[in-house]
Amino acid sequence: MPVRTKKLPTRKLPFVLLLFFVAAVVLGINFGELGAVFEKAVTICLDCIGIG
Amino acid sequence: MSFRRFIQLAATVLTNAYWLFPFGGASMYAGRLKSVCVPGLNCWSCPAAVGACPVGALQNILAGLRPGLEVGNKHFGLYVVGLLGVLGSLVGRMPCAWVCPFGFFQELMHKIPSPKLKMPGFLSYLKYVFLGLFVVLLPLLVVDEFGFGQIWFCKYVCPAGTLEAGLPMLALKPDLRDMVGTLFYVKLTLLFAFLAWMVLCKRPFCRAVCPLGAIYSLFNKASAFRMTWDAEKCVLCGQCYHDCPMDVKFWENPNHPDCIRCLKCYQKSCKYGAISYEIAGVPARKTLNEKAAS
Repeated sequence: MPVRTKKLPTRKLPFVLLLFFVAAVVLGINFGELGAVFEKAVTICLDCIGIG
Repeated sequence: MSFRRFIQLAATVLTNAYWLFPFGGASMYAGRLKSVCVPGLNCWSCPAAVGACPVGALQNILAGLRPGLEVGNKHFGLYVVGLLGVLGSLVGRMPCAWVCPFGFFQELMHKIPSPKLKMPGFLSYLKYVFLGLFVVLLPLLVVDEFGFGQIWFCKYVCPAGTLEAGLPMLALKPDLRDMVGTLFYVKLTLLFAFLAWMVLCKRPFCRAVCPLGAIYSLFNKASAFRMTWDAEKCVLCGQCYHDCPMDVKFWENPNHPDCIRCLKCYQKSCKYGAISYEIAGVPARKTLNEKAAS
């Protein structure tokens, strides 16, 4: 059976960061960034190819 | 095939899952999934790509920020930065080791037999220069008369774009070949230089250039998933350093910005149980190595 070693103090920082960035994603989607990314992603990016 | 190799392969196939382009379909995928940024570096102009490149997306948003604001668009890159931040705060730089197609490609290239070299450590700092300058500042500040910037990293540096999109697109669309100029040949030379570097050094692009890796690396110390090191058990044998795909000296900094959490050191290298990980305070289950050592 796998054994668990001693539990360390729970860190809160990762969850604070997680909440912050989830809020950023929601805000970004709310501002219409999903559409802006989609618009660029579905056309051939000549710059990426090296002929732009 | 190891479990990680299987995940890398699966992630590469899933990220590039549109295979209709050679058979009379569209020259590239244009479905709704394309608005979702993939966690690894994968050119969105690759004919088979089904997601957006986060580095390309961020540059495009920043390059169009000024004219966008003038017409009332509030596109600051929050969606892209937020997605990367969510992943970073959970697992740090782990996506580089497990789901990045270009990282996977570099590991395969390094298997080609050749003399192997160590990369000078100071080059690791270069990726932050590429992130700050080529991905953020230049697209934002160097603008044309209409206020539009350029996507500097994609245009002048990114070898993934040349490999995954440039060469296949030129093969698929003959009309694009007339547009090939000096820039393409410069990027092609750069690609070949990177390919040679990949054979000689472990993951050189990830360590010295990748802006995506640079973003994830900022979270390595603060992420929920963290590596741990037991100084009492470590005998400083250096096996973890020898096996590490990023040449990290684990005993110096278990959550080094270059550690991509591939877990090779934890699962394979350390026979003394000195290397482990924890998830927000909950320690990992003991490995066979640890059990043997205790």
